[in-house]
Amino acid sequence: MRVPLSWLAEYVDLAPGTTPEDVHAALVKVGFEEEDIHRSDVTGPVVVGEVLEFAEEPQSNGKSIRWCQVRVAKPGEKAADAAFGGTGDEVRGIVCGAKNFAVGDKVIATLPGAVLPGGFAITPRKTYGHTSDGMLASAKELGLGDDHSGILVWSTLGLDPEIGTDAAGLLGLDDSAVEINVTPDRGYAFSIRGVAREYAHATGATFRDPAHHLPATGGAHTAEAFGTDFSVTIDDAAPIRNRAGASVFVTRVVTGVDATRPTPGWMTSRLRLAGVRPISLVVDITNYVMFELGQPIHGYDLDKVTGGLTVRRALTADGRDAAGRVVAEGDVSRPKGPDSAGRVDPKGRIETLTTLDEQVRTLHAEDLVIADSSGAIGLAGVMGGASTEITSTTKNVLIEAANFDPVSIARSARRHKLPSEASRRFERGVDPAVAEVAAGRVVQLLVDLAGGVAADHGSYVVGRVDPKGRIETKAVEISTGSIDGASGSMSDWSDREPIELPDGFVSGLIGYNYTPEQVRSSLAEIGGQIAEAKGALMVTPPSWRPDITDKWTLAEEVARIIGFDVIPAMLPVAPPGRGYTVAQQVRRRVSNGLASAGHTETLAYPFFDEATNNLFGSVAGGEVPQVRLANALDSEQGWMRTSLLPGLLQTAARNRSRGFTDLAIFEQGLVFRPVAGVTYGHAMLPAGTRPTDTQISELNASIPPQPRHIAGVLVGDAVLREPGQKAVSFDWQDALAAVSQIASAAGVHIVVSQATHASFHPGRCAALTLRSSSSAEGAYRDVVIGYAGEILPTVADAFNLSGRVAAYELDLDAIAAAAGEPVAAEPVPAMTAATQDVSLVVATEIPAADVEAALVEGAGDLLEHARLVDIYQGEGLPAGTRSLTFALRFRAPDRTLTQAEATEAKQAGVALAAERFGAAIRD
Amino acid sequence: MSAAENPATQISESAVSEALSAALAAIAAAPDAAGLKAIRNAHVGEASPLAALNAALKDVPNDQKAAAGKLVGQARAQANQAYAARETEMVAAEQTAQLAAESVDVTAAASRTRIGARHPLMLLQESVCDAFVGMGWEIAEGPELESEWYNFDALNFDEDHPARAMQDTFFVEPPEAHLVLRTHTSPVQVRTMLTRKPPIYIIAPGRVYRTDELDATHTPVFTQFEGLAVDKGLTMAHLRGTLEHAARLMFGEGAKIRLRPNYFPFTEPSAELDVWHPTFTGGARWIEWGGCGMVNANVLRSAGIDPEVYSGFAFGMGVERTLMFRNGVHDMHDMVEGDVRFSQQFGMVV
Repeated sequence: MRVPLSWLAEYVDLAPGTTPEDVHAALVKVGFEEEDIHRSDVTGPVVVGEVLEFAEEPQSNGKSIRWCQVRVAKPGEKAADAAFGGTGDEVRGIVCGAKNFAVGDKVIATLPGAVLPGGFAITPRKTYGHTSDGMLASAKELGLGDDHSGILVWSTLGLDPEIGTDAAGLLGLDDSAVEINVTPDRGYAFSIRGVAREYAHATGATFRDPAHHLPATGGAHTAEAFGTDFSVTIDDAAPIRNRAGASVFVTRVVTGVDATRPTPGWMTSRLRLAGVRPISLVVDITNYVMFELGQPIHGYDLDKVTGGLTVRRALTADGRDAAGRVVAEGDVSRPKGPDSAGRVDPKGRIETLTTLDEQVRTLHAEDLVIADSSGAIGLAGVMGGASTEITSTTKNVLIEAANFDPVSIARSARRHKLPSEASRRFERGVDPAVAEVAAGRVVQLLVDLAGGVAADHGSYVVGRVDPKGRIETKAVEISTGSIDGASGSMSDWSDREPIELPDGFVSGLIGYNYTPEQVRSSLAEIGGQIAEAKGALMVTPPSWRPDITDKWTLAEEVARIIGFDVIPAMLPVAPPGRGYTVAQQVRRRVSNGLASAGHTETLAYPFFDEATNNLFGSVAGGEVPQVRLANALDSEQGWMRTSLLPGLLQTAARNRSRGFTDLAIFEQGLVFRPVAGVTYGHAMLPAGTRPTDTQISELNASIPPQPRHIAGVLVGDAVLREPGQKAVSFDWQDALAAVSQIASAAGVHIVVSQATHASFHPGRCAALTLRSSSSAEGAYRDVVIGYAGEILPTVADAFNLSGRVAAYELDLDAIAAAAGEPVAAEPVPAMTAATQDVSLVVATEIPAADVEAALVEGAGDLLEHARLVDIYQGEGLPAGTRSLTFALRFRAPDRTLTQAEATEAKQAGVALAAERFGAAIRD
Repeated sequence: MSAAENPATQISESAVSEALSAALAAIAAAPDAAGLKAIRNAHVGEASPLAALNAALKDVPNDQKAAAGKLVGQARAQANQAYAARETEMVAAEQTAQLAAESVDVTAAASRTRIGARHPLMLLQESVCDAFVGMGWEIAEGPELESEWYNFDALNFDEDHPARAMQDTFFVEPPEAHLVLRTHTSPVQVRTMLTRKPPIYIIAPGRVYRTDELDATHTPVFTQFEGLAVDKGLTMAHLRGTLEHAARLMFGEGAKIRLRPNYFPFTEPSAELDVWHPTFTGGARWIEWGGCGMVNANVLRSAGIDPEVYSGFAFGMGVERTLMFRNGVHDMHDMVEGDVRFSQQFGMVV
């Protein structure tokens, strides 16, 4: 919301010299964040001038210019440009291309030193054979509108200012506006009226409610003034959430309007500063009143309206309303063709509306419309219809000021993707009491500025839903005095019940000891009606504050008006906590462990394409169920990641492109893994009351699994080429080393086995399974928790990564679930160890780990440790075999072993390896 | 042949002195350890003149034996000492020479281990969690893909209220599943309140999503931490006290906080939280840090907690934003692109 200061000052006292920054500082205290400051773009000497004479001078290009002598200062005085380095001449020659003025007309002279919107600097300029010492400006050149048909002549604005007067001030070009952020609960602050009230709250300045000054505009306004052939009816066949689509509907008529008159400069200036483009006098007036009072206004060309007005829901097929009643006789669809979205009703009987933007819109049965006998002529509170649009030829204006249901308007605006200044206000709640005043204000301005006559036409209908859910309406006498009369006629239809505010509640919630007087005066200040009750105040919130609904909202108002700064600081004492969970501890240790081992943590976005998710998310590379976004920023990357690896590969490629060739990076994060065959999602549950345990467990089950993974990518050199050191490239073994690091940090045992995975090198891929820590023998869990190895070269290529790309990815949730058991310590015997090596020849395809396992199992308890130290293949060995050399360490807990005992144990191990795998000792 | 038969081995002061002088001269003249070893037999060993003189002692008459023995013994001891001293000296010199030869340029060391790093967004979250765990609070977590009920309805976001549309939500197909990428970590608060009875004191850190295009100050994927306390008698003063404490832990003792009225559907009253610290990037100033307020009664009711018995407060801050003004990060791109230089400048410390 942008608030021109001159406008604000009409309704609240601004101390002399108040700057936009001061206004921001005041408003932020009552909850309106500062956004921006807007200033008029006209600076320097811009004055009232009088055309003394001019010569018409035809030019070779067929056009002609006027060489004018313009008086820009009173006789004997220096002109305003003297202070800007200009001549200061009181009469000067100015070249002008426009023809819409005569000798004696007062015009706007922009003199050297002036700067106009767009940074256009005025200087003495040689043109058409003269030196033009200034420029006569059009409304457009001054930023006052789009009118560039001629220069601005003061008499057309009904003004006759003195020569030499500062024109910027007269035109409101010296004004500025503060822009504030209005939170969605404060619809009333989308008006000068509302902001002025809040400024008064913040500063204590006197507030003058513009709604208390209903202009007297003549005409005998009676409820039935339209007569029998022009009724106004609220007829809501399908109220949403039991609220009438329109609770207030005020109409007024002004006849004999001259719609071609220009909008006064002060109005266009304010509208521009408020961020609204001036369009035409009648439209500008309706916008002006909307900004001033917060009441959206719609103007109809009365001569294009046929019959009376009905506020109703849009009709469905057969001209029936949502309750099935036949509302319109005959065909209500206008026109018969397809709507702008290309939809055609097969029966041609769904209601359509051509809105002001020339779009043909197919209406929904929930849309609230204003209809005349021809059908819908406006989408209530959102946008008017084209058929009754006000144009330059409009003579008689029908003014609508209504109060529409926020939910109904919000849904229509969303459905038709038509957010507007009007819908924005209705969604947040408009003061229902201000409609009548606003209509009267429009009448006044049309009379004063457009030469209209306030007609004896007008109506004021209020509507509500009765206890049986039926719409109930009544006509109200239009008052001519002030809003007090209006709200008086509204009061018995108001749904505002008083709220009980127990004594001490505010202090108890805020933690500051407010006096009863502070509570009362704060609530009175915001417009609440207060009655004393036993042990409580009964507070009826003002009509413009639909957000105040309970004692908590009242407490907030008290705290806000008194100021948050008085609230003391107290530290609450939490009960003894349980610290971090096992999973939280595991996660942090794993990341810290990897970082300590030389890996760098990076984070990636989780948005990918479907094919990438299939490749990395499944072992075989087939289709995996995925989570798809409905409104992805990039529609090709609209699926949530099934694996952390593609993000890491992209990150690696990005780093490489920036010259970082040697990378060990990792990420910890969630992946999104719906299970095939499960339908996720849940119907909406009510709020404000706890769902049942069954509903909660169903709701929780309706969300796809999102396990936390840990993954890493290693590319380039593991050991860098440095003095005395040869480079060693990363390969699959570094991925497995990282896995070992993770297992160690988490306190779990991970078993490696040969495997394949669609995204990995088929010969360089390990499956990773958890070994239960509770079983020393190694009870293998059959669930694979991840893969490690090298990325398939073609896949790496697709990510622009060359060379070997090592990678690993593990389900960290599974690891954390297996972690956390206290470690069962084993004794550390100090007896001397016996060490021996053994080389076993086995078929090449037999995994070394299996041979080692047999060796360990066969050798029994005396074998403390076995380590593969060499693999040999080639000369001296049969084809298809290889020799695995293990370093063995034997130890007995109670004695020093002899070599003979060690050898005996070794032989037992060899025997089991021989039995299982045909292993033979290599001589 | 005995010494007595050999006139050359007649013990005399001059003979002893001559032999000793020769030995000392030879020891002093030895060029290196090998040279020293080479003269050992000739001057100190059993074949040396001094040894021969010593052997001649047996032929010395008894009355002269003591004097002769002393003469020879002292000379031998002197020669041996000189030899040992020279030998020690030479070993030391050789060791010194060897060490000198082994000297390196310590500034040209090869990097035997890689130095890794954590991401500062993770480190900062952990640091926040540590601060609150130290106060007895616990860390709660929840899914990033969330039901609309948890993300909105239970938090008092009416389906038709503009506040819901202002969240710039990522929706998931199909719409009737009512699944969204959580727009804040507040659903974790609801999950916690549904499963635990008050008193509740939790921090919920994690990733959240909004449909903002990436630019210097926005990112569609970002990190929040939120706090929730529900207990009997909690007031806005407790909220202020907690935030003030948190600000001091995060930014230093000089930190101050300020609350400004604001609106959030899930709190009432609601406030914007500003923090001030002398060391902020760009100078000592007030910076918007997050939102907070007293938990809305409707939120408590949705979680089955009676707002007439319990009250609560909640707050939420952006971790990226905190990192920006706390650590002087100027561009959101640095935090999301995964450039290793960004993490590595932090190492293990934020």
